[in-house]
Amino acid sequence: MYPRTLGVAVLGTLAVAAAALLSIGQTSVAGVGQPTGETLPGAAAFMAEYQRPSWIPFPEDNPHSGAKEQLGRALYFDPRLSRSNMQSCSSCHNPSLAWGDGLPKGVGDHMNPLGRRSPTILNSAWAEAFMWDGRFETLEQQALGPIQSGVEMNMSLTDLIPKLQAVEEYRQMFAAAFDGNPEITGEKIAMAIATYERTVVSGSAPFDRWIAGDAGAISDSAQRGFVLFNGKANCAACHSGWRFTDDSFHDIGLPGDDIGRGKQLPNIEKMQHAFKTPGLRNIDRRYPYMHDGSVATLESVIEHYNTGGMQRPSLSDEMKPLGLTVQEEADLVAFLKTLTSEDPPVQYVTLPR
Amino acid sequence: MSHKLLGIVVGVMLVALTPAAHATEVVVDQQNKEFSQKSISIKVGDSVKFVNKDDMVHDVHSTSDGYDFDLGAQKPGSETSYTFDKPGKVKVRCAIHPKMKLEVTVE
Repeated sequence: MYPRTLGVAVLGTLAVAAAALLSIGQTSVAGVGQPTGETLPGAAAFMAEYQRPSWIPFPEDNPHSGAKEQLGRALYFDPRLSRSNMQSCSSCHNPSLAWGDGLPKGVGDHMNPLGRRSPTILNSAWAEAFMWDGRFETLEQQALGPIQSGVEMNMSLTDLIPKLQAVEEYRQMFAAAFDGNPEITGEKIAMAIATYERTVVSGSAPFDRWIAGDAGAISDSAQRGFVLFNGKANCAACHSGWRFTDDSFHDIGLPGDDIGRGKQLPNIEKMQHAFKTPGLRNIDRRYPYMHDGSVATLESVIEHYNTGGMQRPSLSDEMKPLGLTVQEEADLVAFLKTLTSEDPPVQYVTLPR
Repeated sequence: MSHKLLGIVVGVMLVALTPAAHATEVVVDQQNKEFSQKSISIKVGDSVKFVNKDDMVHDVHSTSDGYDFDLGAQKPGSETSYTFDKPGKVKVRCAIHPKMKLEVTVE
């Protein structure tokens, strides 16, 4: 891995945002009461597991460079990567909507309805196995998937490469990013987009300030929620670490015919109806929820887990009725709302012409 | 039993036991959602015992060429062995936790 320190270059803006949060003081957490300024007993035992990293990992075979990131950013926002010239990566993974699209399910080429919700790309640099069903091992592989998919951006590399090659400014950007060589290939497109995506990191949230030692940064209700999250509610069995995911796959007992990772691993019982555990950063901005967008609110998400989900052989062993009280459900929601960062707006890109 | 017959029986037993006598069992733990080793080298006929030391279920599998296997849902505290019966480079994963990666070289 080639680490890149957070808060220095690309994410300098995030550092500014964090500083702004500190200068504002307490960020309000809607409807969950005021903090007492003390860390609740029981919370401290888990806090060390949630420290944010100070650098972004980049793979050895695709190290970071400013030129590559800049190229990837242009490609990410360029609708010419779709056959219709109407859809870019950012159409479905939109920074204005926490890098998702806010829809229950995605929309592809010619307004084609897709089968699953568009996941956020936040914190992809640390992720493992991409897409809801994990069919791509690397972010580079993933980057080319939706572009070439007939139902998504519907753009073959055979057509895309000459299309980009015809843009002089793109040739220059590819040369700057790849050792002076202006040749455009699918591999280079993937490497550049993945490099840019790895720089998309959720900023510091009230939860992070609390973890860093500001005992009053989140409410008592949220702190109780954190303890429940790591204990009785069993959320951290999968939503673990600072990204709040271990990138695991589970059937969480939602109704529906979509077998998820079962299509990739048809002989493994526990992979039937299994989907990737999403991270929970900025989660209150990322509704509706679940792989199919079938759950509208965080409250309903918690209620689903409280029931233990639909019983079937593939149901994850982590899924059990929780017996949460109304107050405990509210505490969990209060906690989840502390995971949202107040990042500066992402600027639009002037695209090569 | 005559000495001759005893000799034959012992001989047959030795032949039957020869592969097992040379086969080795390597223990790989599953702990903190990681395999205890990232890579191991073994001989054809050796086995690997996967021990789940986590408090969650794991599911060891591979989809490598020639090694398409799944050991099934493995409960906390349980052990499952698998014998690697042909040469190759085998990518072993936990189907539930894809960050768990073990490369097995079978020679």
